[in-house]
Amino acid sequence: MNLGPHADFIVAAYAMTAFAVAALIAWVVLDYAAQRRILGDLEERGVTRRSQHKG
Amino acid sequence: MAVIDLANPTRFLTLANRALPWLAVATLVLFAIGLFLAMNAPDDYQQGATVKIMFLHVPAAWLGMFGWGLMSIAALGTLVWRHPLADVAGKAAAPIGATFTFICLVTGSLWGRPTWGTYWVWDARLTSMLVLLLLYLGVLALYWTAEEPGRGARAAAILSLVGAVNLPIIKFSVDWWNTLHQPASVFRMGGSTIDPALLRPLLIMAFAFTLLFVTLHLAIMRNEILRRRVRSMRLMQARELAEAT
Repeated sequence: MNLGPHADFIVAAYAMTAFAVAALIAWVVLDYAAQRRILGDLEERGVTRRSQHKG
Repeated sequence: MAVIDLANPTRFLTLANRALPWLAVATLVLFAIGLFLAMNAPDDYQQGATVKIMFLHVPAAWLGMFGWGLMSIAALGTLVWRHPLADVAGKAAAPIGATFTFICLVTGSLWGRPTWGTYWVWDARLTSMLVLLLLYLGVLALYWTAEEPGRGARAAAILSLVGAVNLPIIKFSVDWWNTLHQPASVFRMGGSTIDPALLRPLLIMAFAFTLLFVTLHLAIMRNEILRRRVRSMRLMQARELAEAT
């Protein structure tokens, strides 16, 4: 594949897009893991939400 | 299952957990096909191979605007019906829309240098797109810095509705003003002016990016619901500690 005389611009556009999308996905995945971990810790300590309260 | 049932956060979480792996796989497959077609698409007779930047730039522009449209609809749900999932949906769309708007501006700049001879001009289309990015940053600041989440959500919803004025300005800027940016070439009266050999990969890449948007939106909504549960549990914990002492 020949990208011609402006190959640097094309490669930079694809690399920058890949980086931005990868950063967004990484943030989403790490945030999910963090929320699950905190919820697990709270449940282990017996903390419940109001809707789960009995009596 | 009725649509209204999905408005229950627990039901929504169940649905999101089931749908996300399938959506992720479908997104990957579409990107593989789209990128293959994009890399093998013919050069443009004027722009040469730089036309390949179009396969990123145009979908990013569409989704940057789509994200704000979604936030505006969600804002109505927050302000009129005060539904918590509407606020979750609006908040989740903001970082994705901001990322796509940023991608649109940077890829547009990298496309502009070899085709126009400049990275940036203050023409109506480019400037209104930059305003959209600034509006996204404003909404994110409101969501992330508000001490009381409900107040931040209402302020962000109002800004979302006010900022929606910018969407027709972006769309019609190339018709209303004399701009360096080209006029609409895909969705226009009289049909697309793009050759099918370039239009096909463009539409598949647009579909792939749209699926990515939907997948990330569901995932961020799921994270936000969990974050609100954590907050609720911590408040309960603090209340119980205060009552015990």
